[in-house]
Amino acid sequence: MKLRALMAFTALSLLSIPLRAQVVDRTKPPELGPPPRVSLPPILTRQLPNGLRLMIVEQHELPLADFVLLVGSGGTADPAGKTGVANLTASMLREGTTTRKSLDIADQTSFLGVSLNPQASWESSTLSLHTPTAQLDSALALFADVALHPSFPTNEFDRIKKNRLTELLQLRDQGPAIANQAFPAILYGSGHPYGAPLIGTESSVTGLTTADLQAYYQTNFKPNNSTLIIVGDVNPAQIEQKINSLFGGWQRGDVAPLTYNEPPKAGTTTIYLIDKPGAAQSSFRIGSVGVPRSTKDYFALTVMNTILGGSFSSRLNQNLREARGYTYGAGSRFDMRRAAGPFTASAEIVSAKSDSALIEFIKELNGIRQAVPADELSRAKRYLQLQLPGNFETTQQIASALVPVALYGLPLDYYNTYVQSVEGVTQADVGRVAQQYINPGSLAILIVGDRKTIEQGLKATNIGPISVRTMTGQTVQ
Amino acid sequence: MIRKRSSMHLVAFSYLIAAIATAPDLGAQSIPKIRFEKYTLPNGLEVILHEDHSTPIVAVDTWYHVGSGDELVGRTGFAHLFEHIMFMGSQHVAVGQFDQVLEAAGANNNGSTTEDRTNYYETLPSNALPLALWLDSDRMGFLLPTMDLPKVDLQRDVVKNERRQRVDNVPYGRADEIILAALYPKSHPYSWPVIGSMTDLSAASLGDVQNFFKTYYAPNNATLTIAGDFDPATVKKLVSQYFSGIPRGPEVKRRVTVPAVSIPRDTFLVLEDKVQLPRLFYTWHSVKGFSKDDAALDLLAQIVANDKNSRLYKKLVYEMQIAQNVSAFQDGSRLDGKFQIDVTPKPGQKVSDIDKVVRTEIANIINTGVSQRELQRAQNVYKASFLNRLASVLGKAEVLNSYNSFVGNPDYVQQDAARYDRVTTADVQRVAKTYLGRPKIVLTVVPEGKKEMMLTASGGDR
Repeated sequence: MKLRALMAFTALSLLSIPLRAQVVDRTKPPELGPPPRVSLPPILTRQLPNGLRLMIVEQHELPLADFVLLVGSGGTADPAGKTGVANLTASMLREGTTTRKSLDIADQTSFLGVSLNPQASWESSTLSLHTPTAQLDSALALFADVALHPSFPTNEFDRIKKNRLTELLQLRDQGPAIANQAFPAILYGSGHPYGAPLIGTESSVTGLTTADLQAYYQTNFKPNNSTLIIVGDVNPAQIEQKINSLFGGWQRGDVAPLTYNEPPKAGTTTIYLIDKPGAAQSSFRIGSVGVPRSTKDYFALTVMNTILGGSFSSRLNQNLREARGYTYGAGSRFDMRRAAGPFTASAEIVSAKSDSALIEFIKELNGIRQAVPADELSRAKRYLQLQLPGNFETTQQIASALVPVALYGLPLDYYNTYVQSVEGVTQADVGRVAQQYINPGSLAILIVGDRKTIEQGLKATNIGPISVRTMTGQTVQ
Repeated sequence: MIRKRSSMHLVAFSYLIAAIATAPDLGAQSIPKIRFEKYTLPNGLEVILHEDHSTPIVAVDTWYHVGSGDELVGRTGFAHLFEHIMFMGSQHVAVGQFDQVLEAAGANNNGSTTEDRTNYYETLPSNALPLALWLDSDRMGFLLPTMDLPKVDLQRDVVKNERRQRVDNVPYGRADEIILAALYPKSHPYSWPVIGSMTDLSAASLGDVQNFFKTYYAPNNATLTIAGDFDPATVKKLVSQYFSGIPRGPEVKRRVTVPAVSIPRDTFLVLEDKVQLPRLFYTWHSVKGFSKDDAALDLLAQIVANDKNSRLYKKLVYEMQIAQNVSAFQDGSRLDGKFQIDVTPKPGQKVSDIDKVVRTEIANIINTGVSQRELQRAQNVYKASFLNRLASVLGKAEVLNSYNSFVGNPDYVQQDAARYDRVTTADVQRVAKTYLGRPKIVLTVVPEGKKEMMLTASGGDR
């Protein structure tokens, strides 16, 4: 009663706003004009005689430039039994060159006020430079030296290796990190590169030497296996000349194309449980082996996933967060790589609601296989189409957007035809890809949480048998 | 993954992490001025406009001048919980409609809460600007008519899960609240974390929501900044149409002083946690943001721990290799500030051995100062951060709002950058002596059951 009275009072007090102030109709969203015509900046391409490809985009808003050297080999090129080599090779680029010591590189990086970041991912290794153009020449000289003349000093490697082993130890503290490592191991097993962690395992890292890194570098870091993406306040002709003088002497070499084993066939839906005693939340990773980037269903899957778990107003987030409050956020994604990467639906769920949340996850994964209402489809398409310009605002954003274009050989007008490609996705397409790629009968469901308090409830859902796993996703012996 | 409505502590610090570029010759790369227009509606709403037509998008960024520092004991975390509730619809916007219509228009939106302010922002294609104004004005003027307990309960659960995800289920996650409670007296508004305690989140009532809204969420306690691709005459008309009918609220009296901080001697604390390795946290009371020694302390933090050549990283991580990582920061907020160093020893290393090095290196800076090169590196890294903050329209809107709020003048980016340029090696030595010479709070987070690993006053682990 008290509550009601208070509400009535509030409503009354708002009525006292003079009516003449209500100059707009608040009862419905305003009519919007047509979206701005978007022409994304043209991409200039060049090729040096040694095969290094350049992709240049001018952007003169601020005196800044971004450079990404994209080498088309990453963790999947780790030799058998040497998982983590690509990752450590990237880390060692900043640890010494034939003319600069580790501390000199760090000193110059800070002194120039630039950022210089090496990184290995599954299908590529990148070295990124973000620099004000005021000291472009010094920054580029440092960048090229680190990229082309790394010396892999043993003493620096010993330090980096110890650091990596400690990181692997610390990973045990974090339920979400345990889940992220164990989920691909469960999906792909040990016979597929996507099943091993990019940063390596304790045993693989322990066994690595600088010779392994040298060999990886010599095999894969070749101009004809690389693209240099350049975005920012630069003159294309001048920058091409500078790049030619710095990278022109880089020797080409044959890089064998990778072959990927078939991932294991999915079994019937199983709950894999990793015990994290006392965890306040359960880390959920639910999914299956998905699709490669080259799939013809790319746009249909992107639209379908936007509806399922790829936006704030997606079904998974609306249900698990906004309707039930089980989590701070739920979502889903398809990682598309050269081969089929994982499809993963995920959330961090309050421990006490682990069983209820699992039921809702499965409900949504079944639900997306039913016909999607036209207005929901339309909202998802508008979201993907209309937010595109915002992804091309800064030099760093543009450089990132060019990475998949270079890596997966997408057409140079890819983003200019993106809106049209999304528009072409029909209700039937969404239904078809949901039916084809989301199979509630053969899901891997990984839950990392407090086994003592969540196991019974999970069992009672009857969603699948429970298989208790070790922290790395292996069967408990 | 979706990350929304976050609680955000160290604003200045996060800029630094995100930041990158600059010129070694400080004259060579000037920080551009941001042109803007500022005016106030009759109801007290401040409006700041900045035109930038380089991309057909626009950022709408509303700051309410209220944060966790305005909360009362027993209701910690409320400002941030309230921020979540602001997305739950208002009189003319149904529950769930807020995000739906924005996403269908190609917008991204979020909000965040600090000790000192709460912000709400949308980045949209330029044609969708009226949509943001409709939604933001509706929740500013018409939040309460459709407010009810289920909305509060729902976001209470979401926020409790945010706390679990950021604090309770994170290694070392509870260190921050232990340190704040030890550093500041109980009546000090920075003695609790922005996210608040579970007990206080449980206690928040519908009445609290109504009172908080009436006290703080009036146009005269807000600043609406719009940056990007728009026509100023059209926008002014729209802003007036949507916002000028919202009545002015009572005058907001914000706290201007805080209880004195007194730490008579070094205080040693221990917290057991589910961690493999201990971590040492040293915290000193320092100064508030934009005060005299704030910039020198920012640079000192950089020199102490934030790159490979920094004093502690070089010694502990690079040379001796007894630590896994080390970091340092000055956190100067509106009312007060702190300086913190944290170090994680490598497996098998004693915190007492780490402590000897930390004490020696701090003493070295106090006694013999820092080199010009060390200072220059730190200044250049800072200078870079200023340029990077201007790369997006949302970044510029935040810059304008931030200076407007903290120094009363949106046009301050060049003066702010100049604060860092002016710092000398003598300043760095002086602030190290003044602030790091003070008694401090030393917290050791240890693996469960390993209290004996803590650092104690005798300097040793027991």
